[in-house]
Amino acid sequence: MSAPAYSRDEIMTVTAARQLRNGAVCFVGIGLPSAACNLARLTHAPDLVLIYESGTVGTQPAVLPLSIGDSELAETATCIVPLPEIFAHYLQRGRIDVGFLGAAQIDRFGNLNSTVIGEYAHPQVRLPGAGGAPEIANYAREVLVVMKQTARSFVARLDFRTSCGYLEGRGARRAHQLPGAGPRAVITDFGVLRPNGGTEELELAALYPGVSVEAARAATGWPLQVGKSPEVIAPPEPHELEVLRDLHARTEAAHARPVHIQLPS
Amino acid sequence: MRLLPLREAIATYVKDGASIALEGFTHLIPFAAGHEIIRQQRRGLHLIRMTPDLVYDQLIGMGCAARLTFSWGGNPGVGSLHRLRDAVERGWPEPLALSEFTHAEMAVAYQAGASGLPCGVMRRDAASDLAAVPGASVRELHCPFTGAALALVPAVNPDICILHAQQIDARGDVLIRGIVGAAKEAALAARQLLVTVEEQVDTLDAEMNALILPSWVVTAASVVPGGAYPSYAQGYYPRDNAFYLAWDEIARDRGTFGTWMERHVLGVADHASLLRTLGVAA
Repeated sequence: MSAPAYSRDEIMTVTAARQLRNGAVCFVGIGLPSAACNLARLTHAPDLVLIYESGTVGTQPAVLPLSIGDSELAETATCIVPLPEIFAHYLQRGRIDVGFLGAAQIDRFGNLNSTVIGEYAHPQVRLPGAGGAPEIANYAREVLVVMKQTARSFVARLDFRTSCGYLEGRGARRAHQLPGAGPRAVITDFGVLRPNGGTEELELAALYPGVSVEAARAATGWPLQVGKSPEVIAPPEPHELEVLRDLHARTEAAHARPVHIQLPS
Repeated sequence: MRLLPLREAIATYVKDGASIALEGFTHLIPFAAGHEIIRQQRRGLHLIRMTPDLVYDQLIGMGCAARLTFSWGGNPGVGSLHRLRDAVERGWPEPLALSEFTHAEMAVAYQAGASGLPCGVMRRDAASDLAAVPGASVRELHCPFTGAALALVPAVNPDICILHAQQIDARGDVLIRGIVGAAKEAALAARQLLVTVEEQVDTLDAEMNALILPSWVVTAASVVPGGAYPSYAQGYYPRDNAFYLAWDEIARDRGTFGTWMERHVLGVADHASLLRTLGVAA
């Protein structure tokens, strides 16, 4: 079989983009989620509302921001609100449809760690920390997780629970009366995991073309269950790839542009 | 409001051991002020900032800090803050105590501080492990009206807040435009407020609802063009994303970090000279 005409990153981004319906209000994270949201906006979901946690609401960047608060986001936003507002009036109030999260570790119930590897007081690796993730995980109507799948990141036991997925599963999240529904899908570089309707344990729901169940299992730190009839995800359309590659090319050029500051003489 | 050179402002208002918030969410980060604190070798500072960013990576790596209050400590879109990690993981150059929050909690803490309240209130729906780490300070209470679980976040009232802004006018009123983060809340929570600005103008070019800090809440101000670089000032210059990418390599190693700081911060007199050594300004 010949190598596919797209990279794993590309099919991951396209698959994440396809999860977004037109008109949804989306709380966007930096990196692959930002690429996926903008790809969706530039293809099937032109009315997708993108909110970055810097307080930029309804932003339509022409290039992907490196940080959560690049000027590109401010210049193309419907409005810019202060941080206490974005978290209280938009997120906690329940005005966000979809929250995108990544993490260093995820467990079988979609709980996430972005704080430390090892003990909190004496960490082997100090990760960046919570940021907006715990509240996004609680209050967005649903959550999409995007992560590379390895046995080190898809773990049987988290070193630290930063953000809540389905907690211990079997309705635990609902019993805690968390407002949001939790992680609806975990998009990885193998395919898509979704929660089982009863146990709420993540199971393999779909695979990219040419990827085997065994490979996905080997990249998971718990015995990964397979859903009833895992589908094969349609490869990226030429149009999706073209838009995504153009977006990345524009972004790379913009981020390399030298900055000049005119000092008063 | 006193208008004075940055060197004098830092010498006068930033003391060893002070709690200090250099705010600005990605935008308008007061780098020039941070560098001047490093040049004046302040020690034992309690650094407060939602996103420590490169400016606190530098202060921590140069041994200025004893404690960090924060909610997300990475290089945005790039990866780790290596000097922050080295301090937390290996105590180099000094051990660093952490007070860690979520963004939403810290926004509430600044708001409470700015409102003269002892604490701020949020919903409490599920506990993250953050609630149980040593030194965690968020407490649970039940709403007297509905019985709902609430999280109480203690107010943050820094000794001093430092902001970078676009303009100051002849009266000393300060204008901030673009992404404002929690700048206003941090400024009004602090006991003293220092501001660096891109330029002094006769009259602020401001819309009716613009974010203006009136002169009488500003303790002192300094005119420092380019003072947010490598962060940015909307309407003046963009974020130097290439520098943020390059910082990953510079800060990864103690030696290359030290050499960079020696050459571009300790080895120059002021921010204009730093911009020239980096080739950013002519």
